[in-house]
Amino acid sequence: MNLTLKIWRQPDAATAGAMHTYQVEDISSDMSFLEMLDVLNEQLNAVGEDPVAFDSDCREGICGTCSLMINGEAHGPEVTTTCQLHMRSFKDGDTITIEPWRADAFPVLKDLITDRGAFDRIIQAGGFISANTGSAPEANSVPAPRDKAMRAFNAATCISCGACVAACPNGSASLFLGAKITHLGELPQGQPERDTRVVDMVAQHDHEGFGGCTNIGECTAACPKEIPLDVISQLNRDLRTALRNGH
Amino acid sequence: MAATDPSHATPLNQPSKQVSDDARGYYVPGEPLVDPVAPTGPISERWTQRKFDNRLVNPANRRKLDIIIVGTGLAGGAAAATLGEAGYNVKSFCYQDSPRRAHSIAAQGGINAAKNYKEDGDSTFRLFYDTVKGGDYRSRESNVYRLAEVSASIIDQCVAQGVPFAREYGGLLDNRSFGGVQVSRTFYARGQTGQQLLIGAYQAMERQVAAGTVTQYTRHEMLEVIVADGKARGIIARDLVTGEIETHLADVVVLANGGYGNVFYLSTNAMGSNVTAAWRAHRKGAYMANPCYTQIHPTCIPVAGEHQSKLTLMSESLRNDGRIWVPKKKEDCEKDPRDIPEEDRDYYLERIYPSFGNLVPRDIASRQAKNMCDEGRGVGPLVGDFRRGVYLDFTDAIARLGEDAVREKYDNLFDMYERITGENPYQVPMRIYPAVHYVMGGLWVDYHLQSSIPGLFVTGEANFSDHGANRLGASALMQGLADGYFVLPNTIRDYLADGPFEKLDESHPAVVEARTSVEERVHRFLTINGTRSADSFHKELGNIMWEYCGMERSEEGLRKAIDMIRELKAAFWSDLKVLGTADSLNQSLEKAGRVADFIELGELMCIDALNRRESCGGHFRAESQTEDGEALRQDEEFAYVAAWEWGGDDGQPVLHKEELLYTAIEMKQRSYK
Repeated sequence: MNLTLKIWRQPDAATAGAMHTYQVEDISSDMSFLEMLDVLNEQLNAVGEDPVAFDSDCREGICGTCSLMINGEAHGPEVTTTCQLHMRSFKDGDTITIEPWRADAFPVLKDLITDRGAFDRIIQAGGFISANTGSAPEANSVPAPRDKAMRAFNAATCISCGACVAACPNGSASLFLGAKITHLGELPQGQPERDTRVVDMVAQHDHEGFGGCTNIGECTAACPKEIPLDVISQLNRDLRTALRNGH
Repeated sequence: MAATDPSHATPLNQPSKQVSDDARGYYVPGEPLVDPVAPTGPISERWTQRKFDNRLVNPANRRKLDIIIVGTGLAGGAAAATLGEAGYNVKSFCYQDSPRRAHSIAAQGGINAAKNYKEDGDSTFRLFYDTVKGGDYRSRESNVYRLAEVSASIIDQCVAQGVPFAREYGGLLDNRSFGGVQVSRTFYARGQTGQQLLIGAYQAMERQVAAGTVTQYTRHEMLEVIVADGKARGIIARDLVTGEIETHLADVVVLANGGYGNVFYLSTNAMGSNVTAAWRAHRKGAYMANPCYTQIHPTCIPVAGEHQSKLTLMSESLRNDGRIWVPKKKEDCEKDPRDIPEEDRDYYLERIYPSFGNLVPRDIASRQAKNMCDEGRGVGPLVGDFRRGVYLDFTDAIARLGEDAVREKYDNLFDMYERITGENPYQVPMRIYPAVHYVMGGLWVDYHLQSSIPGLFVTGEANFSDHGANRLGASALMQGLADGYFVLPNTIRDYLADGPFEKLDESHPAVVEARTSVEERVHRFLTINGTRSADSFHKELGNIMWEYCGMERSEEGLRKAIDMIRELKAAFWSDLKVLGTADSLNQSLEKAGRVADFIELGELMCIDALNRRESCGGHFRAESQTEDGEALRQDEEFAYVAAWEWGGDDGQPVLHKEELLYTAIEMKQRSYK
């Protein structure tokens, strides 16, 4: 198929960006979206134009690196990561708009690449269980009820891609935050730090410039791992409990 | 097999004597190599004794010691967390935008541990035995025993961190069995075990970042190791955003940069997984051991076309319930598999290997799949003139367990398959084909994980020591975390007890030399001004490697491959085209550096494969097979580690041999029939 691509080009963080239009031909429907961009980049390199910079790594839908707004949707029209989006989702003659994640807290570094370091800093604020290496108790000495473990697991499937933030009109990272709070809060090991964790992570979230959550639900609709919206309820519940407990 | 410690004072096997010399003219014979810190005594006491013997560093002195760790996967992330927590001053580097994106994250199936929760006969000794045997007796027994020994602690550590392993209704941990073994010792988190383990290590590391003991440098690539006065003392790294070339000095350097399977271009590795950190160290004097040992994974989604950028693995846990078959008759290959009656299907693994069936080790499953396709009985679309696929069929499992139970176990894998191929595996059998997955070769290390450069330690997939020639399923995650959480922190302190070392100045000739060479290399890539992208060279290299140094290798093919790679190298350095500048985010420049290193590594892999005239593990030499066409090991000639020393740009690599002597296990030819 032949396609028209409108792509955000921005040389670096300090320079203004603009949309550029490119044509690609002979795209097979079996290609992934990123392989289609590889084809474009070979084409650009051949004519001496700087290839389009975009992030990707595992290309198996698990590392969370790829991050494109495609026709205004985070990761494009399917509920998946950009690397697992295939060209069979498009048709011959389509015009496709490709932009970087949109959010103040994710500044653009170049073209389609943004800086998501804010997520690491939110984890640093408390997104962990303080277990020192080498002194852990026997694994089966603390049973975890299966239903709770399942819920923890489902929340833990978050890949930190940032699609939730990019999709949210408020640029909120509440789904990301809620997923981590739920993952650790559902497990017996996560209880001792439960209150301080949520207070500290929420404070860091706000400090990074992410917006507040108004329960619009675009985040969960865009989430490639289908993290449910109720993790945000869990986040709010844990936050209220922590505040009530004096944190 | 004895259940108690059978260590013998004298080895059970003789040192090897190589008679063949296929690689003559391509290498220079070197001095034999011995592990200077190899432990002795009863095998079950070696690690305990060593932990005690290794010198200590008191907590107040740890703050004065700087450790650089390159890579943030299971090995690097776990090591950064643990060493930071111990109080050392850690600098952690990764090329990704966050440490949590390291490729360990993509491992699906599980992690082994000798917990014997199922009371099915498992033990530390059995895990050790299975691993040495599964590695075709090409790994070190002391290292592997240690791995089996700490495996149980890994699970304890991960559970304490909140890794959500699968659980039974009573709340206890669940286990399953995995390719190549007959006990259930694999812990798993649905099909995302690597992700969950990595996040555990990452969170532990971020906790140390917050505590100020670990400083993380993301989007940084190590391009050179600084070796001053005979010791590794730092690295030269490029900030991938600003392009700045930075000097980072330390008392010790740890490489945890993963494997180099991307030398094949198409592999299950992440796009950015590269060999650069290890290869730059190799060029500075670190030996590269058994580089030709590549693991081919039997259950990947087959190649669909020419444009493909990478391959996707399907966890081999699928082999627990899926049955592998091809049509008996070639003319059935085009048919809808559901229309092929039972009597016309060849469940070839169950037929040839009745005791292991579909759970035979990875190399056997891979080679037999290739044999079926080579015979013309492959299935799926024609790519070129070949059908490269076999069926992995869940019809029986769905009938036996119900679709819901199968969905519960493998849901995300089935979804992923459908997304990529557009076919629903609940209705139509999956198609699979082997692909490059993991490398067992890597930088040579001693028992302390120290390379042949003092002060340069190597962990996880980047070293060579634990997996021999054929890594079993669910053991790579085990090694990464064993090295990172438990082994390295206990061995590196013995080295650091001599520190802090004399402060190094940035004007030291070794620092200046390392920095200048990086700057010149970057400049060179940008000024060749040829016509071809780095990617196009990479693809060409990959084709050569897969064709001649892949699942099956021959003397003739390998010689041809070496010539082709040398031509490719010349073309690369005269016809490469890299646009953009050095002082900006430049992905083409990043790729160029990695491909240049892959080309040199590829040549060494072929020389290593040419020298090793035996079939072992995933390495099948056409000249060494039984009458039935099974792999034939040559213990009298090759029971050694091939450790290659860099011979210079114009010289030949130097081969050092480390004998593999077994005191606890008797070598046997493999038989999975």
